[in-house]
Amino acid sequence: MDQLVRQYTRSPHQNEFYSEQEQHDLTEALPPLSLKFSLPPVANHSAFLRAMTDDHSNPNCPIKLAHGTTTLAFRFQGGIIVCTDSRATAGNWIASQTVKKVIPVSRLSRGEDKPGSDPVPGLLGTMAGGAADCQYWLRYLSQQCTLHEIRHKRRITVAAASKILANLTYAYKGYGLSMGTMLAGVTPQEGPALYYIDSDGTRLPGNLFCVGSGQTFAYGVLDANYRYDLTEEEALELGRRSILAAMHRDAYSGGFINLYHVTEAGWVHHGFSDMNPIFWKTKLEKGEFSNVTSAL
Amino acid sequence: MTSLIDHNPHSNSIGFSFSQSTNAGTKEHSFYPYTDNGGSVLGITGKDFAVLAGDTRSTSGYNINSRYVPKVFKIGGDEDGEGAHILLSVVGFAADGLALKEKLDAVVKMYKYQHGKPMSVRACAQRLSTILYGKRFFPYYVQAILAGLDEEGKGALYGYDPVGSYEREQCRAAGAASSLIMPLLDNQVNLKNQYIPGSGEGHALEARKPEPMPRETVEQLVRDAFTSAVERHIEVGDGLQMLVITANGIEEIYHPLKKD
Repeated sequence: MDQLVRQYTRSPHQNEFYSEQEQHDLTEALPPLSLKFSLPPVANHSAFLRAMTDDHSNPNCPIKLAHGTTTLAFRFQGGIIVCTDSRATAGNWIASQTVKKVIPVSRLSRGEDKPGSDPVPGLLGTMAGGAADCQYWLRYLSQQCTLHEIRHKRRITVAAASKILANLTYAYKGYGLSMGTMLAGVTPQEGPALYYIDSDGTRLPGNLFCVGSGQTFAYGVLDANYRYDLTEEEALELGRRSILAAMHRDAYSGGFINLYHVTEAGWVHHGFSDMNPIFWKTKLEKGEFSNVTSAL
Repeated sequence: MTSLIDHNPHSNSIGFSFSQSTNAGTKEHSFYPYTDNGGSVLGITGKDFAVLAGDTRSTSGYNINSRYVPKVFKIGGDEDGEGAHILLSVVGFAADGLALKEKLDAVVKMYKYQHGKPMSVRACAQRLSTILYGKRFFPYYVQAILAGLDEEGKGALYGYDPVGSYEREQCRAAGAASSLIMPLLDNQVNLKNQYIPGSGEGHALEARKPEPMPRETVEQLVRDAFTSAVERHIEVGDGLQMLVITANGIEEIYHPLKKD
């Protein structure tokens, strides 16, 4: 009888917290791949993908994807500056000179991008590496951030948002994604926050990042002139100048300078401006780039 | 019976300069599910219209398999394309292109039946991006261009890469002759590197500002772009199919091209 009773009684709080199955799912299992993707009918699909799309290891690959970038973001006393170039390359071909590499990640601001208007609440993401990977997963992140906002009645922190993305890229590690992205935002909980996330699953908080093929050129200018107590004016100019340096020396960067400032109220767009007049203005009025002359 | 010339590839005599003899080891074929069917497409928008055009030649290697395989499709209409309000062009592998078109067409129709209103071009553009990305690890071998009229009735054009990165643009060329056509478009549509004479000295010269072009000019530009591409690219030719979308619907214009 005791045996029977023991067999059919359970502890009174057993169903109040997570069930054993749920606990197991939370701790043991890898996060499931969030969406269904079609895979090629071969054993090693990342090798197939590399053979078809990686123009670095195979210049004759049939499918050329849009690549190549310089992006930067840094924290300073007045918030965060985010600045990018606008060139997309597929092999040696310039696929576009007008790419928007700063992607707003929030429900309120998607699709609206008017320079110089009022601050728009939300985070900013940047795009380096595969254009489609960044666009798609930042769109997915927007969706997750919106859901978070609805569920918790407050905006997501940058730390949480960056972790969603990092967990995602980590789950897809080895599949051949290519992205190096920065998330910038100012929240009441964290203040100004900046994170770097890439397709290896790296997630780093920091004050200053440059990402992409022109990153070294941008770091050169940015590191030399960066101070935390820059004024807003100085910070915007430094962002612009660093990207200009990268556009000048990196063949895979160019086009337009896309400049954003993130403050507590939200982000403000400070223009999508052609690099050519800015370059000549910098040269002729400030005497920089004196290496460049009209004579042969 | 011995042959007069020694063809043994293993001997040191002069033979063919293949690095590997024909019977050396087993040959491994990699999985290659794509064919490039060539051709080119081109889209330009105006104030209240969008033009999407493509040549109709279908090639495989150096063979011309057909002189009329359309690459520009109407999306969201019935079998004859009646009632469609979006245009899609796909260039690259025709089978992938056709599969993509069928999929998008189904999505746009489902949207109409479920929501009781036609899908906006903006929504359709994002959906197409998602469809392309769904095959991120086994991509569609296509470059797509989507065209229609936006919420304000202005011409809208979206250009895509094979795995779904997209951007709204004024004009876009894709396919085999895109490297011949796109620079022309930069100059003639976006007026790149054109300055107003006498507006200043040296770097103070004022750049010309691009403005929406009238329909006649755009159609002539499209014809010129294709007749020029035919002269210099082997995979482009036979016929030019031009679809023009306005508030009054879609108009199809066929213009013959050189057949050599």
